[in-house]
Amino acid sequence: MSGIANVFQKLKAQGDGALIGYVTGGDPEPRFTPVIAEALVKGGVDILELGVPFSDPIADGPTIQAASVRALEAGATPKVVLGMAGEIKRKCGVPVVILTYFNPVFRMGLENFFRLAGNCGVDGVVVPDLPVEEADGYREAAMVCGVDTIFLAVAAPSTTNERLQKIVACTSGFLYLVSHFGVTGAREALEDSTVRLIKRVLPFTAGRVPLAVGFGVSKPEHAQCIIESGADGVIVGSAFVNIVHKHQGNVDRMLEELEALARGLKEAMKRRP
Amino acid sequence: MKTLSNYPIDGKFGKYGGRFVPEVLMAAISELEEAYEQAKQDPNFCKELAYYLSEYAGRPTPLYYAENLTRKLGGAKIYLKREDLAHGGAHKINNTLGQALLAKRMGKKRVIAETGAGQHGVATAIACAALGLKAEVYMGVEDMKRQRLNVFRMTKTLKDSINEALRDWVTNLESTYYLIGSVVGPHPYPMLVRDFQSVIGNELKEQFMQKEKRLPDALVACVGGGSNAIGTFYPFENCPEVKLYGVEAAGEGIKSNKHAAALGAGAEGVFHGMLTYVLQDSEGQIQATHSISAGLDYPGVDAFCVLSKEEGIIPALEPSHALAFAMKLARKMKRKETIVVTLSGRGDKDVEVVADFLGVKI
Repeated sequence: MSGIANVFQKLKAQGDGALIGYVTGGDPEPRFTPVIAEALVKGGVDILELGVPFSDPIADGPTIQAASVRALEAGATPKVVLGMAGEIKRKCGVPVVILTYFNPVFRMGLENFFRLAGNCGVDGVVVPDLPVEEADGYREAAMVCGVDTIFLAVAAPSTTNERLQKIVACTSGFLYLVSHFGVTGAREALEDSTVRLIKRVLPFTAGRVPLAVGFGVSKPEHAQCIIESGADGVIVGSAFVNIVHKHQGNVDRMLEELEALARGLKEAMKRRP
Repeated sequence: MKTLSNYPIDGKFGKYGGRFVPEVLMAAISELEEAYEQAKQDPNFCKELAYYLSEYAGRPTPLYYAENLTRKLGGAKIYLKREDLAHGGAHKINNTLGQALLAKRMGKKRVIAETGAGQHGVATAIACAALGLKAEVYMGVEDMKRQRLNVFRMTKTLKDSINEALRDWVTNLESTYYLIGSVVGPHPYPMLVRDFQSVIGNELKEQFMQKEKRLPDALVACVGGGSNAIGTFYPFENCPEVKLYGVEAAGEGIKSNKHAAALGAGAEGVFHGMLTYVLQDSEGQIQATHSISAGLDYPGVDAFCVLSKEEGIIPALEPSHALAFAMKLARKMKRKETIVVTLSGRGDKDVEVVADFLGVKI
C-alpha cells in the first residue's frame, strides 16, 4: 500500500479526516520551505503538498500566483523542489505530494521526472492542467516509479458519470475534488453546492480511492462541513500561503501562525465524541 | 463556409495539439465543440455568417496585382490579398464574427478575449458590438499604450493576458465565451480559427483562377499566432504544386532573446492548452515573446517603406515580414511565375514606431 493510502486508512479507522496542506516550494526562499513544512506537520497536517513554481499558473488565483513569482525569483526549480520533498519526508515522516503544471514535467521528460521524484521519496503528483485523456504515458511513468497519480475531478451538472468513472480509474492516492468553479484562493464561505458535489462523487470513489476536497477551503468550519459530508480529506493551500506572504519578514511569527491554522483545521476534522 | 473538413477527434496533429486544460474547463470545451459541430451543419448559421462577412466586414477583399512592386523587383508577379481592407483593418474580423455568432447561438452574453498588438481585441469588440454581446479584452501593458478603448483590461504581457482570460473563463463559465484569435489553445479552438479564416484562401484561390487561369506558384504569409497563415494555406493543403511559406519575425535575431520565432527557435512544450513549440527555458518556464520589438527589424521596416512608396499601401509590421521575404523570393523566380502575399492588416497603427525606428520625426 502507498504511503498516502496508508495515512487515509489509519485516519479513517480513527474516524478522522485527513488534512492536506499546500505551500509553494521555495516561497519566499528555498531555505524556508523545510521549516514551514515542519510547522505545518506539527500543527496537524497529515500529507504535505509542495508546489513547483511555474511561470504561468492558470489554475491559480492571485495568492499562489504571487507565491510562484517569489519562489521563481528566489531560484526554485523543479529539481530544487523535488530535493526539498526528500528532505521534508526524512525530517517530518509524512507523505509528500508534488503539485506541478505539466510543462516542467514534459520539459524534464516523463521518465526523468518520475525517476527523480521516486528517488526523492515523493508519494504522489498532481498536475492541474493534465486531463486523463492526455495522461497515458504520464501514468505509466509514474507507476514504474511507484508514485501515485492524483487527478482533479469536477462535478458540474454537465459532467457525465462516465467521465467521473474514468477519472477515478486513473487516480491513485486520493481524488482531488474541486469545490467550485474558478481558480485557487482562500474564500470566506463554502458554497452550498460543495456538499452536493461531494455527495455526487462519493459513490464513485467509495471503496476505490479516498476523496479530498480543495479550492477555496480556508477555515475550520469549512473543513468540518466537508468531512461531515463524507469526504476523507481536505486540501488547504492559499490560506497557508497567505500567512507565508504576510510574515516573510518575521519567520517565528509565520511558523507560529501556520501551526495554529493547521491545528485549528485539524481539530475540526476529528471525530466528534 | 466551404472548407469544413474532418478534424481528428482528439485535436491532435501527429503528437501536436490536443487538449491540456484544467478539468474545470473540460465540460465547457466539449460544449463548445458540440455547438460548433451543429452550427457548421446548420444552413442558417452559415447564411448568417456569410451575410455579416459580406455586408458588414466588406468581403470579399480584393486580390490586387502589385504591378509597380513587381516591375521594381523584376522577378515573379506579386499579388496581394488585401485583408487590410476588411472592416477593422485586419483579417481578424473573419474569425471574431464566426465565433461571436457561435457565442450568441450558445446563449452566452459576455465574450472575453486577449490581444497582443490589439487587432484581435479590436476585432472582438467590433463583432460583439455588431451582434449585441458584451466584450472584455485582456491586453499587455506594453501594447496598451496604443489602445484607448474602454473594453480593454490591463495585464503585463501577452501570455499573462491569455492566463487572465483563462482564469476569467473558468470563473464565469456559464455566462462567458472565450474568443481566441490565434491558432492556439485546446481543441477545438485551432479548428475554429482555421475554419473561419479559410475564407481568405478560398477567396484567393477563386480570384486567382479568374485572373491567371491557374494556381499561384507560391503563397507567403506571416506567422505570429498563425491565423492568417492557416487561413491562407489551408484551402491549398492538397495542392502540392503551390509552395507555402510562413514567415516569423526575427527581431534582433533568432539567436537573441528578442524575437517572436517560437517555431524557429522554441522547443516542444505544453502551454495554453496544447502541445506545440514554445519559447521556454531549460526548466520549462515560459518566456515572453517580444511582440513589438520583434516587429521592428530592418527587412520588415524596409518592406513597410517599399510598399508604401511603390503602391501607396501601408502594411502592418506583421505582414511586412512576409512581404520582405516575398520580395527576396520574387527576385529569384521567373517573370511568368506568381506569388501571393497575404497582407493581413493595415499599418496605420505602426507608422509612429517605424518613424521612431528610422529616427524620423513626425
